[in-house]
Amino acid sequence: MNLKNIFGKKGAKTIKNGIWREHPISSATLGICSALAISNKVENAIAMSAGVIFVLVLTSVIISSMRKLIPGRVRIIIYMITIAAGVTIVDLVLMAYFPTISEAMGPYVPLIITNCIIMGRAEAFFIQNPPQHSILDALANGLAYAYTLLVIAIFREIFAFGTLLGVKVTPANWVDWVVLAAPAGAFFVIGIFLWITRTVAGIEPPGKG
Amino acid sequence: MAENSLLSIFFTALLIQNVALFYLLGMCPFIALSRSMKTAIGMGAAVIFVVGLTSSANWVMYQLLDMTGALILQYIVFIIVIAACVQLVEMIMERFFPALQASFGIFLPLITVNCIVLFISLKVTTVDGLSYIQALVYSLSAAAGFWLAMLLVAAIYEKLNLIGNVPKGLQGPGIIMIITGIMALSFMGFSGMV
Repeated sequence: MNLKNIFGKKGAKTIKNGIWREHPISSATLGICSALAISNKVENAIAMSAGVIFVLVLTSVIISSMRKLIPGRVRIIIYMITIAAGVTIVDLVLMAYFPTISEAMGPYVPLIITNCIIMGRAEAFFIQNPPQHSILDALANGLAYAYTLLVIAIFREIFAFGTLLGVKVTPANWVDWVVLAAPAGAFFVIGIFLWITRTVAGIEPPGKG
Repeated sequence: MAENSLLSIFFTALLIQNVALFYLLGMCPFIALSRSMKTAIGMGAAVIFVVGLTSSANWVMYQLLDMTGALILQYIVFIIVIAACVQLVEMIMERFFPALQASFGIFLPLITVNCIVLFISLKVTTVDGLSYIQALVYSLSAAAGFWLAMLLVAAIYEKLNLIGNVPKGLQGPGIIMIITGIMALSFMGFSGMV
């Protein structure tokens, strides 16, 4: 494929694919762990998304600009080190400026390292494409991750705690759905989310067996 | 039972705070492999083995980093140790146990990016600060808990597939999430056991 001829088209396609058609969570079911674990409060979801987008963009720039220098055999280790370095930065920034969020997210911040979205994009896209496309891809995938996390978090926070970003939004006689705050609720919400998005986007169910 | 006795650590990690159902971790392989009992068994065994190995190695690494005051490098070191261990296990198995390699070797590379491996390493060092024996018991029972959860969900999914009236959009990951949710609800019944 000649990238120079279709520069604009390719860029647009990259974004569209990342945000909707090949949505990382609903289509490929990647990065679900953090989407489940951190999505019961909107502020945690925002912090998590910001962290993931930052690490994704950083990784895309580093990996795609070094893609010709990285030997194929050790590429996985190189992704890991790049991602781990990015996550260390995120962790330290959160600890310094947002101690309460850092406290609430606890060990889930370092687990950004093993968020499959970042590894997946590095292997599928960054290693083969120049930096300008890789950044677009990173942003598109990061945004797709962020809006999914936000939708789930808004739903869970309103129904489970009756609040939105800590402000009470439900009527006074509202009974909290405690189950949504618990881990089990996360599974139900994301299961229904997958159901809706996969039906709307017309993604074929995986083959049996 | 005493707060930090080995038995209470065992039950907490295996049932009450199950890594898959309480901490919601390891979901990528969970979804991909809960589709059949056979792959679930293979992956579970590989996870238990690798987790035992890496969390012991990382426990030692953590003490070294702590002594030298280089804790800022913790994440990078942990992930390299995990990647190296997995690579090593793969090579040893290929050389000496080809039969074993054929049965669960394909799951090994996946484990490097499995969040529960990194999570357990972090949990026994930074978060809980356990002693070596406690860390080993915690790691093995947490990994066994992951195996247990995956097996239960895979069994239900296989049965459900035989009936086969799951709505189209819900097939695959969707229904696995719902099954896991119900499983998580029932595991909540274990809380307060220790």
